[in-house]
Amino acid sequence: MASVIKLHVNGTLYPVTADPRASLLSVLRDQLDLTGTKYGCGEAQCGACTVLIDGHPRRSCITRVGTAAGRQITTIEGLEQHGKLHPVQEAFLAEEAMQCAYCTSGMIMTAVAFLKANPSPTEEEIEHAMEGNICRCGTYPRILAAVQRAAQKGTQS
Amino acid sequence: MSADRGPVDARLAAASESATEPERYEFRAPAVHHFELQRRDFFKFLGAGVLVVCALKQVAVGQESGARPPGGFGFGEPLPKEISAWLHIGENGVVTVYTGKVEIGQNIRTSLAQAVAEELRYPLGKIELTMGDTQLTPYDMGTFGSRTTPTMNLQLRKVAAAAREQLIALAAAKWNVDAQKLKAVNGRVEIAGTRKSIAYGELVAGQQLTAVIPADDPLIPPAQWTVEGRSISKVDGRDFVTGKHRYPSDQTLPGMLHGKILRAPSFGGTLVSINAPSFDLADNVTFVRDGSFAGVAAASEDAAIRALNSLQAKWNEQPQISNSDLFAYLKSNPVDATGFDGAQKYETGSVDKDLAAADHQLHQTYTVSYIQHAPLEPRAALAQWSGNTLTVWTGTQRPFAVRTELAQAMHVPEEQVRVLMPDMGAAYGGKHTGECAVEAARLARAANAPVKLVWTREEEFTWAYFRPAGVIDVAGGIRSDGTLVAWEFTNYNSGAAAVRTFYEAPSQRIVFQPTRYPLRQGSYRALAATANHFARESFMDELADAANMDPLAFRLKNLKNDRLRAVFEAAAEKFGWNRAKPAPGHGFGIGGGFEKGGNVATCVEAAVDRESGFVKIARIVVAFECGAIVNPANLKNQIVGANVMGLGGALFEKIDFANGRILNPKFSEYRVPRFSDVPPIDVVLLDRKDIPPAGAGETPIVGLAPAIGNAIFQATGKRLRSLPMVPNGLNRA
Repeated sequence: MASVIKLHVNGTLYPVTADPRASLLSVLRDQLDLTGTKYGCGEAQCGACTVLIDGHPRRSCITRVGTAAGRQITTIEGLEQHGKLHPVQEAFLAEEAMQCAYCTSGMIMTAVAFLKANPSPTEEEIEHAMEGNICRCGTYPRILAAVQRAAQKGTQS
Repeated sequence: MSADRGPVDARLAAASESATEPERYEFRAPAVHHFELQRRDFFKFLGAGVLVVCALKQVAVGQESGARPPGGFGFGEPLPKEISAWLHIGENGVVTVYTGKVEIGQNIRTSLAQAVAEELRYPLGKIELTMGDTQLTPYDMGTFGSRTTPTMNLQLRKVAAAAREQLIALAAAKWNVDAQKLKAVNGRVEIAGTRKSIAYGELVAGQQLTAVIPADDPLIPPAQWTVEGRSISKVDGRDFVTGKHRYPSDQTLPGMLHGKILRAPSFGGTLVSINAPSFDLADNVTFVRDGSFAGVAAASEDAAIRALNSLQAKWNEQPQISNSDLFAYLKSNPVDATGFDGAQKYETGSVDKDLAAADHQLHQTYTVSYIQHAPLEPRAALAQWSGNTLTVWTGTQRPFAVRTELAQAMHVPEEQVRVLMPDMGAAYGGKHTGECAVEAARLARAANAPVKLVWTREEEFTWAYFRPAGVIDVAGGIRSDGTLVAWEFTNYNSGAAAVRTFYEAPSQRIVFQPTRYPLRQGSYRALAATANHFARESFMDELADAANMDPLAFRLKNLKNDRLRAVFEAAAEKFGWNRAKPAPGHGFGIGGGFEKGGNVATCVEAAVDRESGFVKIARIVVAFECGAIVNPANLKNQIVGANVMGLGGALFEKIDFANGRILNPKFSEYRVPRFSDVPPIDVVLLDRKDIPPAGAGETPIVGLAPAIGNAIFQATGKRLRSLPMVPNGLNRA
C-alpha cells in the first residue's frame, strides 16, 4: 500500500505518498502537477508519456513509481533552463512541428535522449529512434526536420 | 422508363453545391440560441472601450457604425441577439476576440488572430482569443465541416475592419480632421504624412461604444494582405513545447476526485445487479449506480481503479452483428425513411439505356471498414457543481451542444451549465459529443466534489463513435474513345458527402441509401468524401483501363471543371506523370476531387515487395486549391497531416468487432501510421486570390486512397476494392 517515495524530478527532491505500484505518470501528473507528460495509451505504444530516467527515455505510463525512486527524472517541464529553451524545443518551434501538440512533449523527450546518445544521426536513425511515438495529426515530416535541425545546431555549437 | 427521369433531389443537389449544409454524420444543428447579454453587461465585464459585434442576421441597428462620431454609435440601442463573434478594444490597449469556435490542432487560434491583426492593423501577439466558452463566447454550432475559415475568418475580418473604422472616426473627431486623412498603423491612428498619432488604448479611454458590423464594410482584398497569406508561427507555440499548456485532461481543481466508469462487456448491455461494494476508507470513494450507469470517484486515479476493480456486476447482453457479416448486413438492411433520414437520390438522363448502349460497361463494388479517429488525447472532462450550477471543462468540437446534453442529462436549465473548451489534443470529427462530460457531471454530483474523468485508450476505442462503414456499388459506361456516357453510384450507409460525380456524364443515377448499422457512427475528417472518392476514383481507373487510356488523360477527357483540372494538371506535372516511368515493382496512381470548397489531386508512387507483399508508399504529390491562401505553412501542415492520417485508413486501419465487442481497442492492435510509413510528401499550393478562402482540414485526405489503390494496380495488376487495402500486406489482401 501507500508509502513515502523520494522522487528526484527536474532537479528537485519530492517526497510523495503513493502505492509503489502506481504509474509514474499518474504521480507526476496528479501529485506533482507536472501535466506536460501525457497519457495516450497506457501500454507504451504511443510515447506521449515519455520522460527521462537517468537520461534514458522511459514510458512513464508503464513505469511503476517505486522503481523510479532515487533516480533522476526529467520531464518536459525540466528542459528549459533559466528561461532558455532546450535546442530541441527551439527546433520544434522553428519547424512548426506540431498541430494539436499533444504528442509534442513525448516527441521532444525522445529526441533529447536520442540526440544525446547520437549527436549526428542519419535520417533513418532518427526515424528509427522516433518510431515508437505516435502523432495522429500527421506532423511526422516536420518532427523529423526539427530533430535534424536540433542535431545540426548541436554539432555546430 | 420513368424511373430514369426522376426529379433531381433538391437536398442532395443543395448539399453538393453548398458546403454549409451539415451532412447527417456531422450531427444536426439545433436552433440558434439567442444571446442575452445586454450592452451594459458587456462593458461591466470587459471594461470601457470599443465593442464591435458581428450579427448573424442583418438587423435594424446595422446603421450604428455607419454614422461617424461625435455622439457614439447608437447609444441605448439594443444589441442584436444572434451574434457570431465580437471584439473589444480596451483602455489598456488589449484587444480581445470572442468566438465559439475551438482550437483542436487545426491552428485557428493563430489564423483567426491573423485575420484580426490584418484588418485592425494591430500586432498579432497582443490579440487575445477567448474560444469555446459557453458563458463568455457567442453561440456556435461547432467546429467542424471546414467552416471556420470561410465563415468565422470572414466574420472576424469584418468585425476587425469595422473596429478600425471606428478608431479612425474617433481620432477624426478628437483632432477635428477629415477621417480620409487618417490611417491605422500597428496599433495607432496617425495623420498621414505627419508624426501625429495616438494609440488605440488611449483613443478608447472612457468610451463605451458599440457597433454592429454592416455588411458592406470594406475588406482588404487578398492580393493586398500583409499579415494573412503569410506563414505565422503558432501564437502560443512556446506553451506547447514546454508542457505548460493545459489540455482538457490536464485541468485540476482543489479537492478534485478522479472518476472511473463501469463499462458493459458489450454494446447495449444492461446492468442486472452489482455487489454492495466496500471500499478502503482512505480512498474516499463515492459509488454511483443509476440504471445501467455505474461508476466511482476516488481520491486518486489509482484508488478509483482499485474501487472499480472491486465491483462485481452481472450484465444482460444481446447477440449482435460481427465484422464478418458487416457488408452483407448493410446492403440487406436499408432504412426506409423520409426527409433528412431517408435516401438521397440524384438522377438525370437515361442511365439504364445509355449503360446498355455503351461500348464498354463495368460494374464493381467497393467497401470501407469502420475506423476510429483515435485522437491522441482521449475524451476528458472535469465537472464541478456549485448548488445547481454546473461547470465542465471538456474536450469537444461542440461546446454549446455539450451544454445542451449536460442540461438534459442532469435536468438543469441550460443557463446553469457552463462548458469550457481548453485547446485540446485533436478530434478529426470524433469529438462532437459530450458523453464523458455527462459521466463526470454525474459522478461530481454524487460525490459533492469536482470530478475529473479521462477515458482510457480502450474506452476511447470502444465507447466513442466510428467512421461509418459502407458498401458502394458503381456502374459506368464509356464509348470506345473514352467518353463517359452513363454513371450509376449507390452508397450504402457510409454517407452522402461528395457522392455526386464531378465528371461529365449525360446519364447519372446517384443514391445515398441509409441502412441499419451495428456500431455507433458519426463524423470523421472529410466524412464519406473519402469513401465516395475511393470508389469513384478507383472506378475511373478501371474504366480508363477498359478504354486502354492513360488514367490522367481519361479523367481530363471527361472533366470540364477548371479548378479541378488545374489541380490534376499541377499534381501530375510535379510528380512527372508523363515523364517518368515506374521502376519494376513500383506503380503510379492518381486520384482527386473536390469537397467543401477545396480541390485536390494526389499522385502516389507505391512499391510492392514481391516476396512479402509488403506495400510501401514511396512518394506522394498533392496539389491543393481552396481559394485565397490564408497561411501557407499552416495550410501545408494540414495537407500533409491529412495525407499521413489518410495512409492509415487507406492501408491498414480497421476496427474489428464481434458480438458487441471491439476486438482491437489498443494501439498495439489497431495500427496507425508511424514515422516509417510516411514517404516524402510534396505539396503544390494553388493560390486563387480571386476566390474567398475555404477550409482545408478535410478535403486533402480524399485523393490519397484511390491514388494508392491505382498505384498498386499499376505495380501488380491487382485491383483492391476494400478499405483498408492491405491490412496484412498485399499477399493476403
